[in-house]
Amino acid sequence: MAHQKIVPIELKLQTRLFSPDDLKRFHLAALEIMEEVGVSMPSHKALDILAGAGATVDRQKMVAKLPRSLVEKALKAAPKRYTLGARDPGNSLDLDGKHSYLSTDGCGIETYDLWTGERRLSTKQDIEDSARLADSLPQIAFYWGPMVSAQDVPAKTRPLHELQAAFTGTAKHVQPETIITEEIAKYAVDMAAVVAGGYEELRRRPLLSVMQCAMDPLGQDGGSLEASLVAAEHGLPTGFMPMPMSCATGPATLAGNLVVTTIDALAPLVLMQTAYPGSPFFFAAAPTAIDLRLGSYTGGGPEDYLLAAGFQEICAYYGIPLSMGTMATGAKVPDWQAAVDNVFSTLASVLTTVAMMTGAGMLNGSKIMSFQQIVMDCEIYEIARRFAAGIEVNDETLAVKVIKEVGIGGNYLAHKHTRAHMREIWRPTVVDRSPLQVWEDSGRAGAFEKATEIARRTLKDYQTEPLAPEVQRELDEIIRKAEKTIRD
Amino acid sequence: MSDKGALLEKLKGIVIDGIIEDSEGATKEALGQGVEPLEIVEKGLVPGIEEAGARFSRGDYFLPELVASAEAMQTAMAVLDPLLRAKQEARKTLGHVLLGTVEGDIHSIGKNIVGALLQAAGFVVTDLGANVAVGTFVAKARELRPNIIGMSALLTTTMVKQQQTIEALAKEGLRSGLKVMVGGAPVTGDWAKKIGADDFAEDAVAAVAVAKRLVGA
Ligand code: B12
Repeated sequence: MAHQKIVPIELKLQTRLFSPDDLKRFHLAALEIMEEVGVSMPSHKALDILAGAGATVDRQKMVAKLPRSLVEKALKAAPKRYTLGARDPGNSLDLDGKHSYLSTDGCGIETYDLWTGERRLSTKQDIEDSARLADSLPQIAFYWGPMVSAQDVPAKTRPLHELQAAFTGTAKHVQPETIITEEIAKYAVDMAAVVAGGYEELRRRPLLSVMQCAMDPLGQDGGSLEASLVAAEHGLPTGFMPMPMSCATGPATLAGNLVVTTIDALAPLVLMQTAYPGSPFFFAAAPTAIDLRLGSYTGGGPEDYLLAAGFQEICAYYGIPLSMGTMATGAKVPDWQAAVDNVFSTLASVLTTVAMMTGAGMLNGSKIMSFQQIVMDCEIYEIARRFAAGIEVNDETLAVKVIKEVGIGGNYLAHKHTRAHMREIWRPTVVDRSPLQVWEDSGRAGAFEKATEIARRTLKDYQTEPLAPEVQRELDEIIRKAEKTIRD
Repeated sequence: MSDKGALLEKLKGIVIDGIIEDSEGATKEALGQGVEPLEIVEKGLVPGIEEAGARFSRGDYFLPELVASAEAMQTAMAVLDPLLRAKQEARKTLGHVLLGTVEGDIHSIGKNIVGALLQAAGFVVTDLGANVAVGTFVAKARELRPNIIGMSALLTTTMVKQQQTIEALAKEGLRSGLKVMVGGAPVTGDWAKKIGADDFAEDAVAAVAVAKRLVGA
């Protein structure tokens, strides 16, 4: 099967939620709270850096109060535009505010087996397989996560095994969310450097970036901060993902939730830009509201879509690229609910020009991976891509001459103009448009069956550009070394 | 209604409405008027939390309302517990649950909800918080002698701490007579069986049913 280049969304259609005054108020609210209450950063390294730059630090509570001037200086230092590299140089991502890219979703704990349909614990092989499927799909621009946890390898080196499986499965950009200690981060950078062909090459073309979860409200994880400092030292882009849940870890009101989201994405920017001014940094987020009966994480709902759209506007105000939790339905199987969740969520991100959308292929609130869902989410992306491109208006597209020629009651089927432009019309890959009889005769094969076929065929036939054998050997070697040195 | 009756009624209302900030004051006021601690619990707080629980079960209350009721009750109990202990009196409960999220894991929302619902159902809950070391579970089990230990784990990398805690409890001779229930997103019935837990629950409502069964209520 052929390798195809990734297809970003070119953003023409746009919506707006907030006035310039609204945006200013979010900013001022975040500044006020960061200065008065501060943020928890339980890492002496992080606190040293911030104290050195004028933050008021409480070592007992591990809290840093960030003065407004420090925040604004950091915001100025952060680059507004940069590129995420990839093992395949033709597939790098331009984070320029004009393109939207989709990744896989990540960190699931179970897999719907592609061959038996059974739900089972996830494995290292699932990561390589899902990465290979992602590599084959032009809609997937980078591999985030990893999609699932490699539960068949030792916990202490698991993130490194996962990274190896991801690098093996795809030549696209990789962005893990599991590099959460300094020790693991050093090994991960070593692995990325081996794949890139050296540390300098890695810095020039970062094929790895690192995302962390924030500890809402108003906090970060110490290990994650230290891991990100290691990554930034080597020029790898870093970002932090708050996911305040309205009523639980965030205020019930959506505007209040966005204040918490802003602080928990912005406070780490202050740290990273103070430590490494100009280092590539992105915001990330997955804000949501709890289910009022169960308190549970929902994986969809109007609040999620509004929060996504709203936070992108806040990020655009700062001029910092955003990676937004997108799709990731709460549905347990790829059904109507999955489609509703993922369509709304994709539109919310796309119509507000989110740079990175994480991502395709997971069910049950990012807990179960489905290969079919990856393929079907790519179709949603394709429809959104076409939608976001809008309608071009010029002499050729207005077609006045053609309309006159065909005249009253004629048809356009065989017209030259039709043949010149018909390929601009979207064609489905898994959406079913077959005639009723054909559909019945096929055993009622719909999108799911088509997606199953595509995924199975790909995993049988598709070859990712392989890593050189000596690179694979070096990756093995690094993991072996980590196995020996990292404490249980 | 007597003064005493009015005070108890007020406390019941405070718990039902989850007015956390008034709970301590009203409790002290009742004590000041000579109401017995045990009576405050049994005729004020417990009917209040039972009503909140009933409203939640009927679907009239949402989770934040129930959690506020549980916290209002907890605030009052913080005043009353030392007095009850001094008098060697105990309130009637379904049992004592020691609850916590395991070491290395800071996910706490699910555990908090389980705690609130258990309280509303009539259990006494001691919440050790999140990131609780195996040794802390063991030490607290020895000190407080709960009927049930409930452990939450949300990460596939921290689930094993549930197993280690159960092993440590057994090694310290604390396991017999003590029930263990486990929960959290990746936890399944199979896992619970494998590690020798007594049961698991997928959500907080089920957790209450499981806890009741474990204590034979
Ligand atoms: C909110 C959340 C967070 C918040 C937690 C905030 C807080 N104060 O609790 C934050 C942002 C801090 C966070 C951090 C991380 N998270 Co998180 N998080 C979630 C999320 C979205 C929802 C969890 C939640 O609160 N659910 C709502 C509650 C009500 O549900 P619940 O916890 O399942 O509890 C119910 C039942 O399980 C049961 N129950 C729970 N406990 C108990 C106990 C007993 C005794 C019983 C009987 C029942 C029971 O009853 C509860 C009520 O109904 C889940 C995804 C998901 N869909 O679950 C990921 C998830 C659990 N997190 C995940 C990850 C990877 C992380 C991080 C490692 C990310 C990172 N790179 O930094 C860190 C870990 C930090 C740490 N050391 O613990 C992964 C885990 C994957 C894996 N392989 O294990 C998940 C599945 C998401 C994903 N796919 O990426 N997370």
